[in-house]
Amino acid sequence: MSEWNQLTVHQCRELLERGTCSSRQLVENLIEVIHALEPNLGAYLSVDEEQALRQADAADALRRQGKTARLLGIPIAVKDVINVAGQPCTCASRILEGYRSPYDATAIARLRAEGAVFLGRTNMDEFAMGSTTENSAFHITRNPWNRECVPGGSSGGSGAAVAADEAIAALGTDTGGSVRLPASFCGCVGLKPSYGRVSRYGLTAFASSLDQIGPMTKDVRDAAILLGIMAGHDSRDSTSVAAPVPDYQAALQRDLSGMKLGLPREYFIQGLDPDVEAGVQEAIRQCERLGARIVDVSLPMTPHAVAAYYIIASAEASANLARFDGVRYGLRVKDAVDPMDMYQRTRAMGFGPEVKRRIILGTYVLSSGYHDAYYLNAQKVRTLIRRDLEQAFQACDVLLTPVAPTAAYRIGEKSQNPLQMYLGDIFAVPASLAGMCALSVPCGFTSHRLPIGLQVIGPAFCEERILRAGYAYEQTTAWHRQKPPVMAPELHLTDKNDNEL
Amino acid sequence: MNYSATIGLEVHVQLATRTKMFCACNTDFGSPPNTHVCPVCLGYPGALPVINEEAVRLTVMTGLMLGSEINPFSKFDRKNYFYPDMPKNYQISQYYRPLCIGGAVAIEANGVAKTIPLTRIHLEEDVAKNMHVRNASSIDFNRAGHPLMEVVTEPELDSSEEAFAFLQALKQILLYGGISPCNLEEGNLRCDVNCSVRPAGQPALGVKTEIKNLNTFKGVFQSLQYEIKRQIAVLESGGTIVQETRRWETETGITESMRSKEAAHDYRYFPDPDLMPVVLSSEQIECWKALLPELPRQRCDRLVRQYSIPPYDARVLSADKAMADYFEEACRYYASSQATRSAHAVAPSAAAGDEKLAKTGPKAISNWLMTEMLRLLSEKGIDIDQAAIRPKALAELVRLAEAQVVNSNTAKDVFAALFEQGGDPELWVKQKGLVQVSDAGAIEAMVEKAMADHPGSVADFRAGKSAALQFLVGQVMRASKGKAHPQRVQELLKKKLTTTAN
Repeated sequence: MSEWNQLTVHQCRELLERGTCSSRQLVENLIEVIHALEPNLGAYLSVDEEQALRQADAADALRRQGKTARLLGIPIAVKDVINVAGQPCTCASRILEGYRSPYDATAIARLRAEGAVFLGRTNMDEFAMGSTTENSAFHITRNPWNRECVPGGSSGGSGAAVAADEAIAALGTDTGGSVRLPASFCGCVGLKPSYGRVSRYGLTAFASSLDQIGPMTKDVRDAAILLGIMAGHDSRDSTSVAAPVPDYQAALQRDLSGMKLGLPREYFIQGLDPDVEAGVQEAIRQCERLGARIVDVSLPMTPHAVAAYYIIASAEASANLARFDGVRYGLRVKDAVDPMDMYQRTRAMGFGPEVKRRIILGTYVLSSGYHDAYYLNAQKVRTLIRRDLEQAFQACDVLLTPVAPTAAYRIGEKSQNPLQMYLGDIFAVPASLAGMCALSVPCGFTSHRLPIGLQVIGPAFCEERILRAGYAYEQTTAWHRQKPPVMAPELHLTDKNDNEL
Repeated sequence: MNYSATIGLEVHVQLATRTKMFCACNTDFGSPPNTHVCPVCLGYPGALPVINEEAVRLTVMTGLMLGSEINPFSKFDRKNYFYPDMPKNYQISQYYRPLCIGGAVAIEANGVAKTIPLTRIHLEEDVAKNMHVRNASSIDFNRAGHPLMEVVTEPELDSSEEAFAFLQALKQILLYGGISPCNLEEGNLRCDVNCSVRPAGQPALGVKTEIKNLNTFKGVFQSLQYEIKRQIAVLESGGTIVQETRRWETETGITESMRSKEAAHDYRYFPDPDLMPVVLSSEQIECWKALLPELPRQRCDRLVRQYSIPPYDARVLSADKAMADYFEEACRYYASSQATRSAHAVAPSAAAGDEKLAKTGPKAISNWLMTEMLRLLSEKGIDIDQAAIRPKALAELVRLAEAQVVNSNTAKDVFAALFEQGGDPELWVKQKGLVQVSDAGAIEAMVEKAMADHPGSVADFRAGKSAALQFLVGQVMRASKGKAHPQRVQELLKKKLTTTAN
């Protein structure tokens, strides 16, 4: 069997342009791998083989006519929270079972315009609420590196699919770490763009002031390519920003000379897994060897970030998820006696426990009498956290931190203790609350051979910086090329041509 | 005991925008259900709102017309509650920072002029329309997302008459500004009413009730009359008013309890994270200010200046934009017909018959509008736009009367006929043979016959009973089937009665 499935986006493009393989071969290869691995992995919620093959054939036909585009014929997996016209968009919830999107999200439309093929829908925590993908209403997703472990979440399906070469690349969404955490746990690259960089139109909202669509890829170059296509102002999303989109690939350089990397001391604390700490410290030393200067910075508001995040995100979610009521689409219970009865029973049946927990929390913190104490104070904390980070960026170009305090943990280990699980977001949520960009890059393995992620945080709309740092580090290490044990053998292709693409 | 009432209004105004508040869907009224809908106004997963700038402009224009302070930095908030007509189960509205703060509307009720201060004017989205058929319900989302401006008054209205006058005055200003078509049948204007009563002289306000969703001015008037009486009756019988929301039942003419204060919604307002704040520069506001349309009061002054009509007429005409528009259009036709008709015109004579309708030019047009037009409109219960007689026809009718082609009584009949059927007055007069008889010979013959037929009256007049003259005039007019020139008849009769006596 060919191993086209192991290719990166830029490698696919090269081979497709050379005619070494066709888009159909690529898609067929992926479908084959998906059939073989899915029973043990569960990364996808649905794969539309027929439509993907049709799109692949159309791409091949265009290529034969001499047409080209940046993603022509390259299959992308999409987290089941982003709308693709004609495809399901369940958000891993019973309440949207059977629902099909009537329209393309803007990010999807832009990828489609570049010829991307939409292969299937990846699993996730229900409505992106969770850190392990265990909150999917349909099934869990296993970590390709250890099937007893979680893949992280909420974009766990995308992370697992990319890591297991069930996809060339995938889209995730990040509200408080949902791209970075599964990228870290699965050993792939995940980029959370600055808030406003990528249009949210068509991304089913969890927390509107935090949500961003981000690429999950096999290397940093792919993240730069996909971001470059998706980024930019969208008249359908008022919160998207009109700042020009730079050539992100041009930012990819092999050295870090002149760059100042900040280490926030509050991120290297007790409770940080020693293997994770060792992996990140070694990555920091590697960056120094590449010419970067390391500076010590402080983010004193860090301990309050998780609390503020869960208040704000849940408050917004309580309103965002109100539309799932059984009236216009999705699940509706039978024999309701009146609208209130229909709402209550539909939502009781359609939402899982974590979603209900957050709706209740969000409703509570917005209630009259509690609004100021919780929601308003959380917003103040949010402002202080942004100031913390802005101040830190006076002293450095990017921050280097672990993505999470631990590597992937066992399935079920934290699912009974939501608070403990929430604390796993401690390093991810500050960048989200501050609207800044952040990248997760593989930086080693624990003694149990579970991937470790290095987080590179940059100021808002400075994606070039985090891409540059991530790329230089990645290109001088081999972590991103490691394949999980259950997967196919090493690919013979190398990415020596990176700089020419 | 005497009681005084305190009333505050929340008026919801559908704005005259081409598209909805947060999406590009059409705002046309009366289309088949669910034909002007999209993922945004249906609240589909992932769809996002985008502010309609024209709706912001119209709201700010309203604020400028009403003397509000325009907020340079305003925001949209989410108002959370579940109802089947709410696609997202939250309404995007403005709670913390509305577009306009303060302002006032001048009214006149029971002959007393008063200024009603406003609390705020904010912008929000309309909801869908629920329809109940037997044991099922259906929802039409065409209206969902229509831009809705809410004008909130301070509780400074004292009677149902004042509430009614406020709504009429506000409607006129909105019409003048082109803010809303203000078509009540299409639900362009809807009103929530807050009302309390207290013993006269008591400083503290009584407990208030709210009456929701009144869609006619009459409904506001009647429901307030009922509610004030009901509250007084409760207090008189030693009871207490419960703070609650009530519903007006048009059929039975009473208000009924909908929900109590305990069951009131906690709307959990918070800033909508999907929308950016609306930031208006002072340059932008000044620019809109410069484009403010003429308001009723300014138009009143101009009508006096331009048409030399009395201030009273100008006030009546300008109070209704459609009426003032009609007047000015009729005056334009009148002026343009002057040149062509002057050749045939007979010099206008002194008053005869109905004095008011015998005036010339703009004053005559004004008189027609303020007397015959208003009377017939109120008889039929229609608006001036629905009257079949158009401004051009009225201008021509005034010309015919001036030229004494018809006498004033005939002109009234013609007006009434054209009011119903429309058409060209000159043609009508000719077809119906209504042309005034001014021919001296014909009139003289009729006068002589009347005198011969009624010698008693002739004798009476000559004996000094001047009332007998009117009787004889009436006889001649009857003989002419109303077409004789009444003034000429009178002149001739007088002459004959006196000269023969001598």
